[in-house]
Parts: sequence; structure tokens; C-alpha cells
Amino acid sequence: MELDLTRFRETFFQEVTEHLETMESALLSFRDGKADGETLNAIFRCAHSIKAGAATFGFEATTRFTHVLESLLDRMRGNQIAPSGQLVELLLRSVDVLRALVDAAARDEEAPPVWEGVLEELDRARVAGEPKQPKPAPEEEAAPPQNPAPAPPTAAAYTIGFEPAPELFRLGLDPFLVLRDLAGLGSLTPEADLSRLPALASLDPATCYLGWRLNLETTAPMEQIRDAFAFVEDVATVSISPVKAGAAAPAVEASPKPGVRATTRETIRVATEKVDGLIDLVGELVIAHSMAAAVMNNFTADRLPQLQAAMGDLERHTRELQERAMRIRMTPVGTIFSRFPRLVHDISQTLGKQISLEIGGEETELDKGMVERMVDPLTHLVRNAVDHGIETPEERRQAGKTEQGTLRLTAYHQGGNVIVEVTDDGRGLATARIRSKAIERGLISADENLTEEQIHALIFRPGFSTADTVSDVSGRGIGMDVVKKSVEALNGTVTLQTAAGRGSTIRIKLPLTLAILDGLLLKVGEQTYVMPLISIVESIRPRQEQIRGVAGRGDVIVVRKEPLQLLRLGRIFHIPQNGEPACGLAVIVEHEGRQLALLVDELLGQQQVVVKSLETNFRKVDGITGATILGDGSAALILDIAGIVAMSHAA
Amino acid sequence: MTQLAALAADSSATALTSQFLTFLLGAEQYGVEILKVQEIRGYSAVTPIPNTPPFIKGVINLRGTVVPVVDLRAKFAMEATEYNKFTVIIVVTLGHKVTGLVVDAVSDVLDVPAAEMRAAPDLGTRADTRFISGMATIGDRMTVLLDIDRLLAEDETAALESLN
Repeated sequence: MELDLTRFRETFFQEVTEHLETMESALLSFRDGKADGETLNAIFRCAHSIKAGAATFGFEATTRFTHVLESLLDRMRGNQIAPSGQLVELLLRSVDVLRALVDAAARDEEAPPVWEGVLEELDRARVAGEPKQPKPAPEEEAAPPQNPAPAPPTAAAYTIGFEPAPELFRLGLDPFLVLRDLAGLGSLTPEADLSRLPALASLDPATCYLGWRLNLETTAPMEQIRDAFAFVEDVATVSISPVKAGAAAPAVEASPKPGVRATTRETIRVATEKVDGLIDLVGELVIAHSMAAAVMNNFTADRLPQLQAAMGDLERHTRELQERAMRIRMTPVGTIFSRFPRLVHDISQTLGKQISLEIGGEETELDKGMVERMVDPLTHLVRNAVDHGIETPEERRQAGKTEQGTLRLTAYHQGGNVIVEVTDDGRGLATARIRSKAIERGLISADENLTEEQIHALIFRPGFSTADTVSDVSGRGIGMDVVKKSVEALNGTVTLQTAAGRGSTIRIKLPLTLAILDGLLLKVGEQTYVMPLISIVESIRPRQEQIRGVAGRGDVIVVRKEPLQLLRLGRIFHIPQNGEPACGLAVIVEHEGRQLALLVDELLGQQQVVVKSLETNFRKVDGITGATILGDGSAALILDIAGIVAMSHAA
Repeated sequence: MTQLAALAADSSATALTSQFLTFLLGAEQYGVEILKVQEIRGYSAVTPIPNTPPFIKGVINLRGTVVPVVDLRAKFAMEATEYNKFTVIIVVTLGHKVTGLVVDAVSDVLDVPAAEMRAAPDLGTRADTRFISGMATIGDRMTVLLDIDRLLAEDETAALESLN
């Protein structure tokens, strides 16, 4: 019987991606001096897991490569080879090669030939650290745990507790293999703990009721003992303590880690608590509904208060259900932030700059779909900051700054939005230079009077780039406007704050999810529309004196001495609208650093609306960015400010 | 005929019979393939979409999905009429897209054996012959069978053209 492994391949590839990410961040922590005893072990275990999986699926190149990598790592964690800077670089390169190997394996293609070269380098490094007789090192035991603790040269005794979780067998794991591995390390005296064993009649053969208390005498290092539990770590409670040591050795406690992590495929990992909470809530909703239905069944007018109470319950539960359901799709921004340390490290090395990357607010959660679509824009912004923003060490010294530049990536919640900021303390952008470049590129005319904000907003126009040479990292002037479009496609906004010589901050403001929008309901003629709150600055009731006509160019409304273009929505949409501006309301919106006023008939109030796509069953409509269902069941269109502005120019 | 042959003849006959949902536009009866019909709804307020051709009435809320509604009378250049309690929206599904069609009234489900199908003539009905897949006379009633895919696919190009 052929065992069909194809189902498990997908899982393997997902796990490999995670392992590689873990290895990478662990290796980078060496460079930042934040590595500890556990780091090498973590890297080793990842390599070990990848090797085991690759061997199972017959990925020969990957298996061979990982095998040598694993041996090298084993020597390193046994303290026979020190993790020098060069070695860390080699290991980082191996991670890349491994990624390429696995990708090739996934596509059933030949691996790129470069892997054999790196394999040789790894092998040489491994051989260079041939084990000599491990010498007793009492002073190292007392040293702070910067490196893994050295192995005691003589046989030591350990007391090991091993208690597998009941579902161990169902995961295909066998505790006897663990015991056999341990027995291979030295002299093992096991003692089974049968306390959880039920009577034979109620025994479920697929459940593990056993535990063990073991005594092991071995010359093997602690890591090797821990290694025997590598595959069962997550589903067992394991404790290893040397019998004669004064201080208790670190026990290997394993506990399932709930967390929300998104893979870059179509799956989401969700903490079970979130799902359980959701299921409970659905149950409560069903109950609330039956209560309301019961009231409705024999309804008499005097039962109205009961009906109102039941509806109130329904509303509360529905709202909570909505929030919880949305949160299922929320993943921490950290999942995309995690790639940047490596990126910054690589680019700064290429350019000879010293840059420290600080990341804050990685736990800030955002809708999974949005998180994925932020990867490209953020990558561009980070590359930009590293390439153009932060100066070389000499330039910085001359400018009186520290040689090492700082790039800060932060995310936080603010009033129903998520803010992501990319800040650098580099050379910033000179407002005057932006202005002159914009004039040069014909984006604005020389006599246009713009505020500083409006000038800064010009860098987001297509074709704009202040780079004098086009480096291969960035600077082709394609990036910023694409960043802006990507952010706006998520119903967000992006702004630049910069000070010449001091640095820049790009600030991206995003709604919490694509599906929900904070909107202002307004009426134009007979129709109700929704305007995204994020674009609205204010709304005023215009007085006749504020409205001026500009010959041939339309109307203008003067607000606090500033003339703003006044657009009649009725005219743009070709629907009847009350003609007199003084009878309507002017909603002032912001678009691309410019403000303009939209004339509407009535404001109906603020509301959070669920965005429904118009394109699904129809097509894209200019000036409209989707639809929503109002409380009365009718559909209302959501306005797209950028589209309306474009339409007004054409009209 | 042997039993087997009789069965075969019978099933092939039914295999060639199509079923259509018939409806009225004015005095004329039209039909669309029943397999494409998702549901029939009473007419409810439609939200107009700006800058669309007149036969796109707008969108409605279909259990949480926003669905466009096509005015077939406008599409066939008939005069507009008063909507009453018989006016319905026939919701059709074409591939992944759901669209609603406003009609004056729904008639019946018609079985049209392949033998009864006739090709569309050049004139005689108001509907553009591009959209007609055939005609059938069942009893004393003539029904014009519409090619709904082509009808709605044409909308895209027509809508774009009318905007220029």
C-alpha cells in the first residue's frame, strides 16, 4: 500500500517557512549581541526538523544540505565552534540557500547550483571545529550564560520527568522511541507512573495515560538529553534536573503556545480561545433570538417592553459577534515586521552604512488581508530610508550625528485606526528641493503657492524622485506613488513629515479592516450616500457671502480666508440636487494634501458601515468605492473622494 | 420497439427539452433558462448608480449582497411603465455574477422540447435579435427565448460606449 504523502507536503512547506524565519531572527540576534544559550539550540532544532521532514519526502538536496548544517550547529551549541561574525554570515546565507532548495523542491525543480558551494563552506567550517577532548571548565560554569553551558566531562546523573499529553498517540508519536533514545545516551532506569491509568473497561487505546520518572547516568551534554524530547516537546511536560548540581538546571517546560500567526498562504492560525469565544457567542445569539421569537409569537401591545429588551439583547450579541469575528482575521503586524531586520542588515551592509532597526508595536493587530497588502509598500519605504534617508557613517560624523543611524518601525492603535510609522534620523528632505524638483518635472507651476504639507505630499506623485542616480535598491521614482495607491486601496492615508538634516517620518493611517468603514451618511436629492469619515475635515453651512464664482472655473467657497473648490455632487452624479448652496451643507474633505468642499443637501449622521463590493456582481464605478446596506435594508453607495475629484476635473 | 430502445428514445427526448421561466414585458412573453434563475423577488426600492446607462436601474440588497438590477424594458427600448404588485425582479446567476432583471410579471415554467424551438426571425418583437436564442409557440402563445448571457455581457461594452 502506497502511503500518500502529498497532503502532508503542504504542511511541511508551511512549517519549513516558519522554521527558516525562526532561524533567521535567531541568527540576527547574534549580530545584535542578544543571543543566549537557548539561541543555538533553537536554530539547531529548526535545522533538525527541516532535515527530518525533507528526508521523509525524499528531498535529497535539502536533506544533504541540512544534514551538514545540523552537524555544524551541533558543534556550535556544544561550544566546540564559536559563533564568529563570519560564521553567522555563512549561516544566514545557508538559510537563503535552504529557502531556495525548499522552493525548488516544492516546484519539483532542480535546485540552483549555488547550494553545493555553500555546502562545501559549511563542511569546512564544521571540520575546522573537530572535537578535541572537552576540557573541564569550571570558570565557564560560573560565567553569565552568553554561550551554551559546557558539557560535564564525567558521567552525571539526571532525574527526568516525562509526562506526555493524552493525545500523544493521536499525533503519531511514540514515547518508547524517546525512552530508547535516552537509553542510548547512557544508563537509564525508568519508572512508569501508572496513576492515570483507568480500568480496562474504560481504557481508550488511542489515549496515553502513562508518565515516567527516569534516572539517567550519562556523559552526554544536557542538550543531547533535551534533544531526545525534540519531537514531543509540544505535547508533553518534560523536566530534566541534574541530581548533584546545586542550582536547578533549567527545566524544559513545554506548553502549547496560543497565538495568532498568519502564514503567507491561504490559511490563518488562530488561537483556540478566539474560536471558542466565537462559538460561545453564537450560542448566546441563538438563545437571544429564540427569546425574541417567543415574544413575537403571541405578541400583544403590552408586551412591547419585553420585545424591546429582547431586541436590545440581540443587538448587543450581534455587535459582539461582529467584533469577535473580525478579530479572527486580525493578525499582528509583527508578522511582516519580522522580515525587515534581515533586509536592513543586508542593504546596510551592501551600502556600507550602519543602521540599527528598532521595531515597536508588533502585537498591534490588523486584518490579515491588509497586513499582506502592506508588505510591498512597507518594504519600499524601508529600502528608501536605508538607501536615501540615512547617511553613510562619515557623512553622519561630519553632520555631528552618531555614526549609526536609527530606523524605527512602529505600529499602534489610535482612535479606530492603525498607524504604521517609518521613521529615520537621516538627512530628511529639504522642502525647497522638493518644490524645485516638482517644478522641474512639471508637477506644479513656479508661481503656485503651496503649504509645506502640500509640498511634502508632492513626493507621492508619479514620476517624482529626488535621487540623482538610480541605485539598484530604489530611486526610480516609481515607488512612492505606488505606496500611496496601495495604502489608499486599503482606505488609508499616507503622509510625510520631514526636516532637512534631521530625518523623516512616513505615517500610514489605516482603518482596522477593509470590511468596515466609519462613514458619514448624507443626502443628495433623494439619494443617501456614505462618505468615508477618514477623508472629512469638517462640515459647515455656507453663507451666501462665502460662495464666489470664479469665471469659467466653477464655484469657490471661502472658509477662514482660504478659497476652496466647491463641487456639487448632484452635478457630478447627474442627479437632481437643491440648487442653492446656501440651503445645503458643504462637507470639506482632504485629498492629496488639498482641501475641497462638496455640496450636499443633508447630513444624516455618523455610522459604521459594512463595505460591500460593487465589482463582485457589477463593475467599478467612478466616484464610488463600494456599497453598504443601511438599517432600512436599502443599499447606499459609498463615495470615493479621489474619484470624485477626478470626475470634477473632467466635467 | 424494445423496452431498452423505448427508454432510450424517451430519455433522449427529455434530454432535448429545456425549461424556461417565462415573464411578461408589456404584451409580449419572454423566457430565460430556468437553470440560470436563482430566485424571484418582489420589486423593492433600487439605489441608482450615477453615470450608468438607463437600463441599469441601480443596485439592491439581496440578503447582504449588492446586486445590480437591469431594466429589461429600457434595454429593449420600451417605454417605462408603472410598477405594480406584479412587478418582480428575476435574479439570475451567470458564472459568478448575480444580476436582477425587472419584469412586469412572471408567467410560468415552460417545457420546450428541442423540436419546438424555432430560430429567431428578423423582425416581429422589440427585443434585439442578438439576444434571442430562439422562439417557441406552445399552445397559442409565442414565447421569445432570451440568451441571457449575451444580453448581460453586452451590457459591459454598451455601458462603456454610452459613457464616452
